Amino acid sequence: MTTAVARAWQGVRWYLREFTGEARWDDYLAHCEQHGHTPMSRREFERRRADAAEANPVSRCC
Amino acid sequence: MAGTMTTTDDGGGASPTGARRGRPTLRSVLIWTAVAAVGAVCWTVLALARGESVSALWILFAALASYAIAYRFYARFITTRVLRADDRRATPAERLDNGVDFDVTDRRVLFGHHFAAIAGAGPLVGPVLAAQMGYLPGTIWIVVGVIFAGAVQDLTVLFFSMRRNGKSLGQMVREEIGVIGGIAALIAVFAIMIIILAVLALIVVNALAESPWGVFSIALTIPIALFMGFYLRVLRPGRVLEATGIGVALLLLAIIGGGWIQDTGLGDALTLSKEWLVLALVIYGFVASVLPVWMLLTPRDYLSTFMKVGVIVLLAVGLVLARPVLQADAVTGFAREGTGPVFAGSLFPFVFITIACGALSGFHALISSGTTPKMVAKESQVRLIGYGGMLMESFVAISALIAAVVIDQGLYFAMNSPAGATGGTVESAATFVQGLGFSTSAQDLAAFSAAVQEPSLISRTGGAPTLAVGISQIFHDAFGGGLQAFWYHFAIMFEALFILTAVDAGTRVGRFMLQDTIGNVWKKFGDLSWRPGNIIASAVVVGLWGSVLYIGVTDPLGGVNQLFPLFGIANQLLAAIALTLVTVLLVKHGRVRYAWVTAVPLVWDLVVTMTASYQKVFSDNPAIGYFAQRQKYADARAAGELLAPAKDQAQMDQVVFNSTLNGILQAFFALLVLVVAVHAVVVVARAIRAGGLPTTEEPAVESRLVEPSGLFPTAEEKRAMADRDRLVGAGAGRSEAEKK
Repeated sequence: MTTAVARAWQGVRWYLREFTGEARWDDYLAHCEQHGHTPMSRREFERRRADAAEANPVSRCC
Repeated sequence: MAGTMTTTDDGGGASPTGARRGRPTLRSVLIWTAVAAVGAVCWTVLALARGESVSALWILFAALASYAIAYRFYARFITTRVLRADDRRATPAERLDNGVDFDVTDRRVLFGHHFAAIAGAGPLVGPVLAAQMGYLPGTIWIVVGVIFAGAVQDLTVLFFSMRRNGKSLGQMVREEIGVIGGIAALIAVFAIMIIILAVLALIVVNALAESPWGVFSIALTIPIALFMGFYLRVLRPGRVLEATGIGVALLLLAIIGGGWIQDTGLGDALTLSKEWLVLALVIYGFVASVLPVWMLLTPRDYLSTFMKVGVIVLLAVGLVLARPVLQADAVTGFAREGTGPVFAGSLFPFVFITIACGALSGFHALISSGTTPKMVAKESQVRLIGYGGMLMESFVAISALIAAVVIDQGLYFAMNSPAGATGGTVESAATFVQGLGFSTSAQDLAAFSAAVQEPSLISRTGGAPTLAVGISQIFHDAFGGGLQAFWYHFAIMFEALFILTAVDAGTRVGRFMLQDTIGNVWKKFGDLSWRPGNIIASAVVVGLWGSVLYIGVTDPLGGVNQLFPLFGIANQLLAAIALTLVTVLLVKHGRVRYAWVTAVPLVWDLVVTMTASYQKVFSDNPAIGYFAQRQKYADARAAGELLAPAKDQAQMDQVVFNSTLNGILQAFFALLVLVVAVHAVVVVARAIRAGGLPTTEEPAVESRLVEPSGLFPTAEEKRAMADRDRLVGAGAGRSEAEKK
């Protein structure tokens, strides 16, 4: 029972983090580790993501 | 999985998507027979019930059973046989992955993104207005329309755009149909966007006018979003869930706070007329469009998406708990006579025009081409994302329809008829609805507005207030606690929030389109980082929708009544362009045999929109035809008379001007679509003679990704993913989640 609840919670958390793009930072860290790069700071990383979003407006429908 | 299948590639053999075609198992036969039986029973009850009390749940389950069958059988048929999605082919997300726009995204996450992008106020408002014709026409069209037209359009556009590296609708029309068609499509998209923004903003204005509670809560969303933006930029970069949690909590406080301030001096200061709200919205739209997205747009988008999904889930739960009874007739007299006060015109074609987005929305073609196709991991996932996403949207429309038909129908007509008809007071409105045959009294109407703590509910047109009343009654019955006024303002806030997000985002997209187009002749203007260019383009876009909005707000005949048909027809005309494109592509790809899948909804949509356009332009009934209306008021003006609801000569002039403008716009949109359609016929004829024509489809590249196709992975897909994880080593990230 508790494991089922814990797994459901993990699933929801995973979904929300992926959906909001929060998980991108983890992906980036994993990527850096795999390729032996030194990662930039989180602040710098999020700033670059926000700047990329500037040029790619997501349309919202009626 | 897919790699082990042999294909004959003639459309009749094994499907290349890895879906097994064999005898269905007994379990599957039993389940789908049961689903079909539930659907059949629900539809029968809805069709045969007359005069007795019918539960709204019959509508809900009729819709759900129909969606399930359509998704399981028809969507699969289209994906595998008509489009021949091929999971051995790498998608643009896999081939061109850059982590920015091209990005392999988990199918469930992309479904969420796509749904958040397509779902807006349209499916909430359209069905509410269409409820004047009774619950049955709306229910049938929302369900049948989505299955055979709306979801088909979204799915096929998504697929063809994906095969072309995510090209936009306008680009595809230009390359596949021709330059003139492409230009016509581009102008149509831009003009339609302006109308849509204006009508959406009009709905917000109508919901907030003279409502200090609503204005207070909505105004506070701006500082809340700014705070979230600051939080994500400076305080704790990237912690979106934290910031959104704080934002939602503040939002709820803002709604509660509105109740406290409405009777204070601040409340009086926030009791704004429609004209002031227009000014506020125009300034807001302009500022939001030139500010960096991280400040306002992105945080607002998080808030509005979470609110939207939250309300939809809550509404579905509330409906099941409250089990409301339908108050409207199955089909009202207005459906036959076309004299309804909410919008004029008979059932055909106007119910289809009015429902618009919940059944078929041309605007979705702009999302299905461009953004979403660049993120699809496997080709066959277009079924879940394109078709499934649109089924969800249709479900929202059905919920909105239910909310409108379970409230007192006298109240419904008192709220949705223009002030010229209701007279604006509870007494005159009661006389008006009693004239329509309802027993609702002035005391009843006063009691309804007292229950939601609004000064007045009379002639609160636009659909949003009606939906909010419906939602507040359903939640009140379902959850108790005497919170009806809270729920009403909660619903208003939720609608206004995502309409404003759509207005922000739409203004920005419109600005980009304008800069891009003018950039072809004036290079500098196309540079998106050039400040003066941004400001000029934003001002033009805001100015355009702002003037249409102002015209609508001050229209003596009622803005929603006049502009909503224009909005609906424009949206359906855009759908006609999209369906024309995909039909042309099917023929060019040599799939004439299956072209009916998109050609049938296309022909239907053309018949509906052209009939509606014709009536709006040429009808000699002044309630329907814009030019007949113009003539009537111009004649009266020449004779020195005043025609109700105009109160003075200036309003007479206004009616004449507005109906002329609306009529011209109407004719212009229809002509643009005809230009595209005529060019398409030429291309189709050539393609049929040649047995297919070359297209701009990208050549196939072998895919190395292993991902499930549907929402839940099959046993076979689970094995394939386990193999993948063994090869890669530790299964991190996405694959970790798949194991759950």
